[in-house]
Amino acid sequence: MNGAHDLGGMHGFGPVGQEEDEPVFHDEWERRAFALTLAMGFTGQWNLDKSRHAREAMPPGEYLTTTYYEHWLFGLEALLAERGLLEGEPAKLRRLDAENVAKVLKTGGPTGRETNAAPAFAPGDKVRALNIHPEGHTRLPRYCRGRTGRIARRRGAHVFPDSHAAKGDPDPRHLYSVRFSARELWGPSAPASDSVMVDLWEPYLERA
Amino acid sequence: MHDHEPGAPELRVQVLESLLVECGYVDPAALDRLIETYEQEVGPHNGAQVVARAWTDPDYRERLLADGSAAIAELGFTGRQGEHMVVVENTAQVHNLVVCTLCSCYPWPVLGLPPVWYKAPPYRARAVIEPRAVLAEFGAGVGEEVEVRVWDSTAEIRYLVLPERPVGTEGWSAEALAGLVTRDAMIGAARVAAP
Repeated sequence: MNGAHDLGGMHGFGPVGQEEDEPVFHDEWERRAFALTLAMGFTGQWNLDKSRHAREAMPPGEYLTTTYYEHWLFGLEALLAERGLLEGEPAKLRRLDAENVAKVLKTGGPTGRETNAAPAFAPGDKVRALNIHPEGHTRLPRYCRGRTGRIARRRGAHVFPDSHAAKGDPDPRHLYSVRFSARELWGPSAPASDSVMVDLWEPYLERA
Repeated sequence: MHDHEPGAPELRVQVLESLLVECGYVDPAALDRLIETYEQEVGPHNGAQVVARAWTDPDYRERLLADGSAAIAELGFTGRQGEHMVVVENTAQVHNLVVCTLCSCYPWPVLGLPPVWYKAPPYRARAVIEPRAVLAEFGAGVGEEVEVRVWDSTAEIRYLVLPERPVGTEGWSAEALAGLVTRDAMIGAARVAAP
């Protein structure tokens, strides 16, 4: 979706504020919002792409004027409401217990998948990112839509976020690191040598 | 849309936690463990060990650049938000910088949770369109002869920058070198300063 989260290339935000000796969390509620989000993610009621989409759905004005963990909190509340998990009798959910935390974090959730489909592109191929504007979740940033680049690396097949967020379908697709020259993205004033590498799934690309 | 009521996040989180515990969906002790893990255990000191090892062991450096996930796993750093690791090397010719313009993707097992600036609009907006200005702000300005390569973490590949080893550290142990490596250098937003 063309939400406020898709920030690449925007102007007007000012300097990148850095903080000396920054703590991991700035407040107790941030700790709890973080942990609740991870713990509820473990229940399997939604997947990572779905939870990203829930945060992106925050109204743009609100997204840009609230802090990071407020986005997480908004997303968690939205997902709980959508699933109706806080209404009526509690559901029987898979629960993350304290003794399993270390193991679950160490294992993670790889998104690499096997697929029988042959990759459509090879390193060096010229490709164009599609000029599409899906209303659902997508990981195709606006700044590269319609732009031409070259396949730099194949990254194997991965869960396709658009399908995963919309239908819970992993729908594995080939993933590539695509090199866009800074000039192609930002015009002739950009340095000729510079580039932006964007990880894009095959359905976002066409041969150019 | 849902019936979201804006309000103080402190209160909303408290209410949510008690409801979720009451429903039996979350184990409060698991929440504490999750927080402890990222507040006390996992952090940039992990990534610093990877970098120092690469600086002192050419075979390891080669493995690291060829297959980041496997080489990093050799040091025991695996898991959530680091399942698919790629390491990119900064040299005199190429400067790599990592961003996530769409959210906050970051290699947790080696760097911990991202700093606020990495997740906030200014960096996410500017890193792709004016990386040189951002680098200058961090005190890591690069010359015209250097190619700047920005990696936008739009998928589940997580990038770690292998910074240039500073001069004046010949003969240093991996342990001593690790002490020089900063979080920002492993994002590509800074260089490792000479001792």
